[in-house]
Amino acid sequence: MADGLRLETLEIRLGGRCMVALDAHVAPGEVLTVMGPSGSGKSTLLAAITGALDPAFALSGRILLDGEDVTALPTERRRIGILFQDELLFPHLSVGGNLAFGLTPSLRGRAARRKRIDSALQEIGLEGFAARDPATLSGGQKARVALMRTLLAEPRALLLDEPFSRLDAARRGQIRELVFARAKAQRLPVLLVTHDREDACAAGGAVIELGA
Amino acid sequence: MSLLRRAPALTLLVMLGPVLAGLAGTLLPAFGIMPALGRVEPGLMPFSELAAWPGLPRAVALSLGTGLGSTLLALALTMLICAGWQGTRAFRWLERALSPLLSVPHAAAAFGLAFLIAPSGWVARALAQLLGWERPPDLLILQDPWGLSLIAGLVVKELPFLLLMTLAALPALRPGQSLATARSLGYGRSAGWLKTVFPRLYPQIRLPVYAVLAFSMSVVDVALILGPNTPPTLAVQVLRWMNDPDLALRLRAAAGALLQLVLTLGALGLWRLGEIAVARIGRAWIEAGGRARHDAPLRALSFGAGALSALAIILGLAALGVWSVAGFWGFPALLPDAFTAKSWMKQGPQLLSPAADTALIALVATGVALALVLACLEAEHRFGLRPSARALWLLYLPLIVPQIAFLPGLQILALVGGVDGTITAVIAAHVIFVLPYVFLSLADPYRGWDRRNAIVGHALGASPARVFWRLRLPMLLRPVLTAVAVGCAVSVGQFLPTLLLGGGRVQTLTTEAVALASGGARRVIGVTALAQTAAAFLPFALALLIPALVWRNRKGLKHG
Repeated sequence: MADGLRLETLEIRLGGRCMVALDAHVAPGEVLTVMGPSGSGKSTLLAAITGALDPAFALSGRILLDGEDVTALPTERRRIGILFQDELLFPHLSVGGNLAFGLTPSLRGRAARRKRIDSALQEIGLEGFAARDPATLSGGQKARVALMRTLLAEPRALLLDEPFSRLDAARRGQIRELVFARAKAQRLPVLLVTHDREDACAAGGAVIELGA
Repeated sequence: MSLLRRAPALTLLVMLGPVLAGLAGTLLPAFGIMPALGRVEPGLMPFSELAAWPGLPRAVALSLGTGLGSTLLALALTMLICAGWQGTRAFRWLERALSPLLSVPHAAAAFGLAFLIAPSGWVARALAQLLGWERPPDLLILQDPWGLSLIAGLVVKELPFLLLMTLAALPALRPGQSLATARSLGYGRSAGWLKTVFPRLYPQIRLPVYAVLAFSMSVVDVALILGPNTPPTLAVQVLRWMNDPDLALRLRAAAGALLQLVLTLGALGLWRLGEIAVARIGRAWIEAGGRARHDAPLRALSFGAGALSALAIILGLAALGVWSVAGFWGFPALLPDAFTAKSWMKQGPQLLSPAADTALIALVATGVALALVLACLEAEHRFGLRPSARALWLLYLPLIVPQIAFLPGLQILALVGGVDGTITAVIAAHVIFVLPYVFLSLADPYRGWDRRNAIVGHALGASPARVFWRLRLPMLLRPVLTAVAVGCAVSVGQFLPTLLLGGGRVQTLTTEAVALASGGARRVIGVTALAQTAAAFLPFALALLIPALVWRNRKGLKHG
């Protein structure tokens, strides 16, 4: 039970008012879906878990990752990957440069890193795209690069902030399947925030509703 | 980390420390204390000497009149142009014509205007063709005793500044919606804008307006070129006393500088009263419900004045250019008989050393300012600091306290400290004025950067430093370079700090150009003022060119 992402009596307050209160556990390879209308504190919850909570909010409770308390760690030391609604590919870097930014520094050597990026591109069906400008990619291609960039950093958990809502219906199912399959294969606990029932059904895990 | 946390405090110290020290350094000699001259007894002698100067009432009236007049005119024109034309194609044209003119140094613009409106200038030459004049009209147009040409010079330079500040504040007010609503209720375009947009806009541009007022009242370089001579404006007279070989006159200069400060504060107070009165009258005007649909003449007038203002600078630069390559050029002729590169060949080599110093001072001062501003903004981002309205006031303080009020004090302090006349002292003085502009230019794009980029970066394991250097700076390359260009243009244009802190030993293109004001050697002025303009323009050209080259293969940064 020590494995995965555990939110222990997590409570986020703003000026004394409770925004979100949650107690949950996501096992490796499982998906927990958090639903709720806009303004219900979904994004605030994700910010708290990534460690990017605005100082105006007060956080109590603990966030545990594989048994380790990460509540006080800065974002960059938590190793929690996040995918937003926008892909947020860095516009000044090439597609390969974006992946290299994510790729864990423990893989050393220019040639080895290059090889890893090439094979990562192959895995998502974008072979030979390394030198491309991210702005020239289609929405589905961008989403795949963003996912791969996150995975290459070897995260211990994955957060999804409505990552499929920008995609058209055809791409949507495809990308959703890819993300969940990769997360399962790497035994990542996944926390999905969405207001779309279909996303929640496809995720197949437990669903928590946040009030407005 | 802790160094970054202290960045805002350090920035305030670098920017406001010299202002306060300079004011103290002015205060003491104004009350008769100047140990270097063996004066240690406080007294009111400097003030009584100042009062005994027969030119004082007129100099004071000139400072007040030209400052208030030019600010009022520039503000009214800016508002009427926006009211009558915002959202039209003509407005975009005017915007594009006026914006680059902001970078033209004050001195160069003033010389250009002088070359246009002088009795033997292009305007008189054009009239001579029509009216058959053989000799220049016998009129004192330049440096007229009423300061009218000085007001004209200030208006054409302040109009682009106020317009740009307005354009920066406008989008958040959604003026298009307000205007559409007002017009659907039957209001004329100008009246609708003035009644629905202006009351919300003015508080946003109040500080820039105050800066313009304080600047116009106490400006030295433009007043030396276009302003009256006997007596000149108070600020120019203070400078004359400062530069007098008789060191005892420094006391009187300090008293005059203090008077200039009081005058500026008084004018700002008067302006504030005016604001209250206009607000009261305006509210009654709004509630009376007049539709004022026939604003065509007003719109034509405002557009004409805006275009004339842009033309005055552009044609002025052209006049400088033609004079710089003119051979013999007799009066009624519109163009010289012959063109020659002689002036450039002769003056060019002499300008190399001032040009190098200009570049060195501008680059170092802007570099220091940029580092401090980036540190402040990054500290704001990392520590979740919220800048207060008071912080904005502090930022504007060096632009509102008249230069002539605290720079003499700073010079005396530099003299005591033995650093006067060094390029370091000049650079430190430039930083005071470069910093606010670099901050104002960079703050919005920096704060507007999508924070989620930082979160994604951190989530991928990047440290705050790595996110700053590898993501934020490269993505903000364009606004950073624009801020650098603004900083360089401000530094290049500085006259008084260079002159006073440089003690006459540090020469820049601007001090060289302004020094020519009394001589009237037109070809030399043309060459020098154009070199000064080029020095201010070049960084802007690079700020456009470099991102276009570096990011030529990055569509996502084309319009960043």
